[in-house]
Amino acid sequence: MIWNEARECMSRDEMANMQGARLKKLVSNVYHNVEFYRKKMQDIGLEPGDINGIEDITKLPFTTKTDLRDNYPFGLLAVPKSQIVRVHASSGTTGKATVVAYTRRDIENWQECVARDLVMCGVTKDDMIQIAYGYGLFTGGLGLHYGAENLGCMTVPMSTGNTKRLVTMMEDFGATAIACTPSYLLHIAEVIEEMGVKDKLKLRTAICGAEPWTEKMRLQIEEKLGINAHDIYGLSEVCGPGVACDCSFHKGLHVQEDHFYAEIVDKETLNPLGDGEVGELVFTTLTKEGLPLIRYRTKDLTSIDHSKCECGRTTPRISKFKGRSDDMLIIRGVNVFPSQVETALLEIEGVTPHYQMIVDRVNNLDTLEVQVEVDENVFSDEIREMENLTKKISAALQSALLIAVKVKLVEPRSLDRFEGKSKRVIDKRVLTD
Amino acid sequence: MFLKQLTVFLENREGRLERVTDILSKNNINIVCLSLADTSEYGVIRMIVSEPDKAKAVLKEEGCLARITDVLAISMEQKAGSLNKLTKIFSEQGINIEYMYTLNSSREAGSMIIKCTDIEKGFDAVKKAGLTLVDPEIAYSM
Repeated sequence: MIWNEARECMSRDEMANMQGARLKKLVSNVYHNVEFYRKKMQDIGLEPGDINGIEDITKLPFTTKTDLRDNYPFGLLAVPKSQIVRVHASSGTTGKATVVAYTRRDIENWQECVARDLVMCGVTKDDMIQIAYGYGLFTGGLGLHYGAENLGCMTVPMSTGNTKRLVTMMEDFGATAIACTPSYLLHIAEVIEEMGVKDKLKLRTAICGAEPWTEKMRLQIEEKLGINAHDIYGLSEVCGPGVACDCSFHKGLHVQEDHFYAEIVDKETLNPLGDGEVGELVFTTLTKEGLPLIRYRTKDLTSIDHSKCECGRTTPRISKFKGRSDDMLIIRGVNVFPSQVETALLEIEGVTPHYQMIVDRVNNLDTLEVQVEVDENVFSDEIREMENLTKKISAALQSALLIAVKVKLVEPRSLDRFEGKSKRVIDKRVLTD
Repeated sequence: MFLKQLTVFLENREGRLERVTDILSKNNINIVCLSLADTSEYGVIRMIVSEPDKAKAVLKEEGCLARITDVLAISMEQKAGSLNKLTKIFSEQGINIEYMYTLNSSREAGSMIIKCTDIEKGFDAVKKAGLTLVDPEIAYSM
């Protein structure tokens, strides 16, 4: 099944024509309505008239997460605030959130893309889907929710947290699909096993995303639960989940490129790369009204394939991610930068910025331990004082990172045992094949 | 006037305590008595040693986290009710005892180390009650 055959199976030429027309309109729009883009274009002597087709996209300057932060919260809006109907936010690198805003039309396009992806995962309007992503500023919950409603599914907004209740409802309601992070799904699988209800479930497909996972993990989920598992990709800056998704052939994730134009560029030179070459993924939001992005650098490393897929779709496919070109970590679906930890620690009086982050996966759930060196300024002979310090650090980190953090106090200089500069992150999880 | 206690931070894992005792031993510093407070992740070792300032310096040189804390050392009779007499003095004055441990103990007498919220107030209360404070120099050379 294909949700929007006209778009998803369009010939490459037709698609290029449509993208070209949309890009032309987009560039003219941001040039006249967003000072940031106008200045950037003027700096390199570029005018809207210079963009005549999608191939001209390489003439345009890149946009980065720093640009979003510098224009916090609404500096990059291309429409008056009165036209915005929704705002989402993700954590930024140094404490300030990255804000994204949607017009009514943006929300419609987003739910169109998610519906396409759900159908790609074998979901139909007759399915009942549990959305077990967080609802709130995070795009996961509401993004999947609107897409599933748009498709016509019976949609259950579970959010995250009470796994036993989720499994009980999965059984009682006869849920056939679930959307959540892959690590959470593995955790759910364990709870299903513990509760001994596997044979009573009707679950047949899972749409997982918001964190990197391996093909091995996908097969493990399929085997454990006897279902199909699919990979859905998105990032809040571009819109949220739904930007790309893998079909039943699992040969890469189809990009909804009539809305999001994907390029792969060399991570050093930023020169465009061809099909199959690994580089940084760059998106241009061809139809976004509220907060359009021109050549946004995702920092995700992958490759692209424009050949027609066995499923019949002509939309290009990006391969599973090969890592990041920056130091961002994704922990429980939440973006975490080491610099956030540093900033939060420095705000606590007397605490040294000597820290190390240990990321692990225990019982299929991501854990973050932050080890902090104790020095004379904060060391006390009283355990009570030391415990207060631990609590204070842990609360500060939790409020900065938006995830639970275990704090461990360690001896001075014990973290400097690495060659040259100290290693800030030890990630024990297996995230790529 | 007050007794200097050596306090050292230790991670709760193998070899950390040995590292501290090794440094003290190599520098010919005697440990008169000690108390170890532990949590699952780390511990705080409190000691009365022969030369507290030197001990802190040599530990610091070796990269250990050590500090000096003022505490009280109080002599007590070796009989039923003497500890109760002592704790009563503190509770009546509204002074909280953060922790305490034994400095020494023999058949005839004993002495306790006490760390309290307000050391000056604790010192005065003990004196006023007629109890004897152990001379720091004597404690270091026990």
